[in-house]
Amino acid sequence: MTDVLERVTKIIVDRLGVEESQVTLEASFKDDLGADSLDVVELVMELEDEFNMEISDEEAEKIVTVGDAVNYIKSRM
Amino acid sequence: MTLSLKGRTYVIMGVANKRSIAWGIARSLHAAGARLIFTYAGERFEAGVRELVDTLEDDSALILPCDVTKDEEITQCFAEIKEKVGVIHGVAHCIAFANKEDLSGEYMNVSREGFLLAHNISSYSLTAVARAAKEVMAEGGSIVTLTYLGGERVVQNYNIMGVAKASLDASVKYLANDLGKYGIRVNAISAGPIRTLSAKGVSDFNSILKEIEERAPLRRTTTQEEVGDTALFLFSDLSRGITGEIIHVDSGYHILAR
Repeated sequence: MTDVLERVTKIIVDRLGVEESQVTLEASFKDDLGADSLDVVELVMELEDEFNMEISDEEAEKIVTVGDAVNYIKSRM
Repeated sequence: MTLSLKGRTYVIMGVANKRSIAWGIARSLHAAGARLIFTYAGERFEAGVRELVDTLEDDSALILPCDVTKDEEITQCFAEIKEKVGVIHGVAHCIAFANKEDLSGEYMNVSREGFLLAHNISSYSLTAVARAAKEVMAEGGSIVTLTYLGGERVVQNYNIMGVAKASLDASVKYLANDLGKYGIRVNAISAGPIRTLSAKGVSDFNSILKEIEERAPLRRTTTQEEVGDTALFLFSDLSRGITGEIIHVDSGYHILAR
């Protein structure tokens, strides 16, 4: 299985049109990667599809950085 | 009388991404041979729409901006359409918006501003667009909008959008009455919940989906393709006797008592 971070990174690069090097665990979707609120909803939906899981509204709200997303996904696998 | 839309042109308003119901409609119409014109609301959506439309590999497709909160932009958009293609045969109006804070908790807390915003974008826009489109629909045709059960009955958290959809449903009937004499039909598709960007804005949307899967007569959720194909029917001559109607494409969920 490909590394979770790698799969998450690919989705972020794809959706937000940022460089792979910008996608670090500490990077904030909104502040560092230029995502607006709709981008964040789209990203969450892409992650739900990619990892075949449901991310509730409450959990989605807690995902601020790339690391948050990776940790959440790992905790559910 | 067939489902082929060859030689006809349709305007698709409201594609946000690949999951959009508008995109499902676009794909069905494209498969039936229609020429398509896409409109997007502001720069934020332009790149995404262009990327998607490229996948159709149809050089005749047009992409134009149309922010439906601005009358002059609607006028300008349809004037440009008239200039470029002459005549259109239909419009798919797939546009709605409400503030996220108005899509959870109690409906009665909606602000005046939030109330008007939802009605402006989700309901008035159909009337404004129909008026502009009429000028380009010289051969008659069909206008289709998207509504939802939450406009007929209470759906938890749908709140202000439900009230706006009720206004939209009534608009469909009044517009159908006004435009019938010009050979223009106006109908709405009431789609079951589909996992779109807009739907995700409704609080706890995932559990609404689960309910449909478990209880709807067909025991499955509605797909983009099902709505697309119903729109194709409403745009084709096969539906020539139907106007002012709301067709439920929702696995039959709307017939249940609760």
